[in-house]
Amino acid sequence: MQSWGGNVKLVIGIVRPEKANEVMEALYRADIRGYSISRVQGHGGELDRVETYRGTTVKMGLSDKVRFEIAVSEPFVQSTIDALCASARTGEVGDGKIFVLDLAQAVRIRTGETEEGAVTPVAS
Amino acid sequence: MIDTGDTAWMLVATGLVLMMTPALGLFYAGLVRSKNTLNTFMMCIGAIAVATVTWAAVGYSLAFDGTGDLVGGLDYAFLSDVGFTPREGTTIPHLLFFAFQATFCIITTALVSGAVVERMRFGAFLIFAALWSVLVYSVMAHWAFGGGWMMQQGTLDFAGGVPVEMGSGFSALAAALLVGARKDYGRQALLPHNAVYVLLGAGLLWFGWFGFNGGSGFSTGDPSVLAFVNTLLCPACTLLAWFALDLIRRRQVTAIGAATAIIVGCVAITPSGGYLSPGWAMALGALAALPSYAVIVWRTRTRVDETLDVLAAHGIAGFIGILFIGFFAQESWNGVSDGLFYGNPEQLGDQAIAALAAPAYAFVATYVLLRVIGALMPLRATEHEEALGMDVVAHGEEAYVSGEGAILVTPEAGLEKEVPVRP
Repeated sequence: MQSWGGNVKLVIGIVRPEKANEVMEALYRADIRGYSISRVQGHGGELDRVETYRGTTVKMGLSDKVRFEIAVSEPFVQSTIDALCASARTGEVGDGKIFVLDLAQAVRIRTGETEEGAVTPVAS
Repeated sequence: MIDTGDTAWMLVATGLVLMMTPALGLFYAGLVRSKNTLNTFMMCIGAIAVATVTWAAVGYSLAFDGTGDLVGGLDYAFLSDVGFTPREGTTIPHLLFFAFQATFCIITTALVSGAVVERMRFGAFLIFAALWSVLVYSVMAHWAFGGGWMMQQGTLDFAGGVPVEMGSGFSALAAALLVGARKDYGRQALLPHNAVYVLLGAGLLWFGWFGFNGGSGFSTGDPSVLAFVNTLLCPACTLLAWFALDLIRRRQVTAIGAATAIIVGCVAITPSGGYLSPGWAMALGALAALPSYAVIVWRTRTRVDETLDVLAAHGIAGFIGILFIGFFAQESWNGVSDGLFYGNPEQLGDQAIAALAAPAYAFVATYVLLRVIGALMPLRATEHEEALGMDVVAHGEEAYVSGEGAILVTPEAGLEKEVPVRP
């Protein structure tokens, strides 16, 4: 059996900050337990917010987003995408994007497990 | 007859009390999520604007003109006849007396906002603040300070346990019930975003409270000195008691708990500062921690999103302070009256009536007022706006803006035909 490549995917979900909690709940319900998040700013075609500070008017070209990085084995990719879509959608422009990438390697630092073993939740 | 020493102190005390409202803004702003920082602070600033004007227009007159049982007259409306000649029984210019009392109306109005932050529309809040400052605060101030029925029957309230503390606390409960809970309340953790603001705000409030209580004798005489010193002693004891309660409950002393304890201690000594011995003031401080602590713990388990616990910190502690006078007031210290413990049970009766009537009026009047305003306009923002945060929605500003991605709009280029905010 091949020991690397192809079977682990990285799902990147960029969502509204106010939806981050719902996304976490949805991932939990879909049995996806491992991910990291970061706060990012981006522009995705939504209309700019106009703000004024003491007479200085600016258009805010970047919106705050939360970026989920979720490494999962192949069979979990679709359920991850479904969970993200269902929980992060409002129907308005600015709901975000999902990108799926192949991962060349994945290693769990504690045990040295690789590939699917590295991204499978520890049995509890 | 004007006393220059008294006047000098009251000028300073008035400034100190006005500072308490921005301090409250800081305290409240730290307790909310970062996307609502400015809106929360602006409700306090808005209260300064609105309540100052309503107070000068009619509020002061309704509170301090004449000795009607329920409400004062209109002879001082728009500051007519409010000049330099002192009011009867005071030694400071009438105009200064007005300004000192105005700062009380302002902070009390600002206090109520704590119940509705993070979801009430700013415009609706300003209208509420204008009407509330007259219909609730001025009326209760008349009862307790201005010669109304509580004062006539002998209720003692040194610096505002009735109109300020119980007035704001029980109004806050009504406002929270009518405006309704935040959409995420009970579903997500809604945490304070800056505990340093909370502590600094509480510290500045305590500092201002020396003017609030120390100025409520309108002089530099003994009652003012007593109230001033008690304002140091009582909250310190509340802090220690709060530490103990925190330790018992979670084995850790919390910073936000400490900030809350400062407020609770200052509130408890507000009505009673000029009537209790320093020793009893310290006992009151320790005792007052318990009921407020219990109400905070209980309230967060309910569906009532009285967001910043104005009821627990102000309503309950004010209630305890008013009642405590009835037990432990000492004529040898205050020169006015003894409490039950010193042989005058009637004083306890006078205090108890006030402690029941004030919450009832504040709650009912605020409930009716918000019902009426709510029938005329929406009280709260939409769910979408709430999610976005009230700073951007109500003010078009953010508290923590990085400037990255901000494109300068020059007058020549103009705003293209884009509509802001609604994505």
